[in-house]
Amino acid sequence: MVEKRPALSAAAYAILALGVAIVALPVYVTFVASTQTLDQILEVPMSLVPGTELLANYTAALTSGSERAASAPVGRMMVVSLVVALTVSFGKIVISLLSAFAIVYFRFPLRMFFFWMIFVTLMLPVEVRILPTYEVIADLHLLNTYAGLTVPLIASATATFLFRQFFMTIPDELAEAARIDGASPMRFFWDVVVPLSRTNMAALFVILFIYGWNQYLWPLLITTEESMYTVVIGIRRMIAGGDAATEWNIVMATAMLAMLPPALVVLLMQRWFVKGLVETEK
Amino acid sequence: MEKRVVFRSRWLPYALVAPQLAITTAFFFWPASQALFQSLLLQDPFGTSVQFVGLENFAHLFRDEGYLASFRITVVFSVLVAGIGLSFSLLLAVMADHIVRGALVFRTLLIWPYAVAPAIAGVLWIFLFSPAIGILPYWLAKIGIHWNHLLDSRQAMTLVVIAAVWKQVSYNFLFFLAGLQSIPRSLIEAAAIDGAGPMRRFWTIVFPLLSPTTFFLLVVNIVYAFFDTFGIIDSATQGGPGQSTTVLVYKVFQDGFKGLDLGSSAAQSVILMAIVIGLTVVQFRYIERKVQY
Repeated sequence: MVEKRPALSAAAYAILALGVAIVALPVYVTFVASTQTLDQILEVPMSLVPGTELLANYTAALTSGSERAASAPVGRMMVVSLVVALTVSFGKIVISLLSAFAIVYFRFPLRMFFFWMIFVTLMLPVEVRILPTYEVIADLHLLNTYAGLTVPLIASATATFLFRQFFMTIPDELAEAARIDGASPMRFFWDVVVPLSRTNMAALFVILFIYGWNQYLWPLLITTEESMYTVVIGIRRMIAGGDAATEWNIVMATAMLAMLPPALVVLLMQRWFVKGLVETEK
Repeated sequence: MEKRVVFRSRWLPYALVAPQLAITTAFFFWPASQALFQSLLLQDPFGTSVQFVGLENFAHLFRDEGYLASFRITVVFSVLVAGIGLSFSLLLAVMADHIVRGALVFRTLLIWPYAVAPAIAGVLWIFLFSPAIGILPYWLAKIGIHWNHLLDSRQAMTLVVIAAVWKQVSYNFLFFLAGLQSIPRSLIEAAAIDGAGPMRRFWTIVFPLLSPTTFFLLVVNIVYAFFDTFGIIDSATQGGPGQSTTVLVYKVFQDGFKGLDLGSSAAQSVILMAIVIGLTVVQFRYIERKVQY
């Protein structure tokens, strides 16, 4: 701040508080609804004070899901989501580390061609190649499997780039020393490159975990069995019957549960999250 | 930029890039080439007859009133999402940059919507805006606005824009705040000594210096509105009422999976690919410029 203007500072705090309130409103109302009975929610206007059904709603959601929508238990969906998010984030980190290492530390025919092949995938998000990708998965008999849910999402140009940029900054002396000492390339990879990349991996993990957890279009296409629904898809199926048929108390409890893991990852790993966000966009 | 020290092996580098290349080929290049190929064919939904029709699918699309309308809807949608989203986040970021205490607390309070899935964001907002039970239509009725996004196409558009902006606020806010904090204090102090008030300083110094960040976010937000809002549209309006919120990405899905019009869906995919490639090129040209600074 350059000068003292108490009125201006007060206005700044007020605007920020208002902004936070607007941003928080939908989640607050969701939380309140998740603590009431369905009848209380259907009263217009619904009360904005938390009710007493918190435990009952969350237990019902986790163990049996929305009975009217005949959904699977949300507990099961959370497990599927977690497996998908973890597989996608670790898978992306591993294969990107390997290919970036090859591209930076080796000279071989077709190196630049491979590099560009990976680079171009940036321009082909799932949304623009929906049907043909679905056909590939169907032909491989991977519908309703974890492999089908995760493998097509694992190739990542951004992660490969991030690691490539980072490897370029590792001093040449380290590789030189490793070579003089007779270390094999993989030894150098494990003992030097991987430990040095830890911060970058943490930053990427936050971004990729959220990416994996929040996938929508892809699981929507390739899961038709209740037992393979991720929690995001599960909610969508619960509200498909329209206002009258929706058990909003259960849906709202499920929504809170679906938001919790990625929100926790962001808040607990805030430092790496900000780093990851800024660096993957470079 | 190249490494001076490298390792030697005939087979190792190929083994290292193999997993990524295998996935890329099977799930990116093969489907993309299939989309290109199918866009030139006319098939019936059961795949019993296939006919090569050249560019007929494309010509058909550009004569199709529904497709052109979807184009216009997408443009309106992304302009609104980018415009409102950037203004709102910039306002909050400027305020957070201005205050002395608590900027980090506000950052924490504002970044978590990034973690919410677009489809969930859609569900939260239709609950708030539900014509039958929502709390906002109840308040709006008190000031004389009758809200029903299931019937009114403008209100449906408003709803998806609000949900899309809400989800993107954190991202824009973080980048704007970082941009603002990298502007040298001395410039602003000098202007203050010369007697320029806060508004004048913002428009003549801060805003121009922030323009690289703003431009970057503009491109990111347009890409976001074009492609990442599928979940919001599907959970909030399913493209309706009528076709009023059917953006291009949603139309590919509708025509391909619900309508089983494979040739048309593939042609739409190809047009979308061209748009992504165009936007990516713009983004990279901008980044190259930034590197030279």
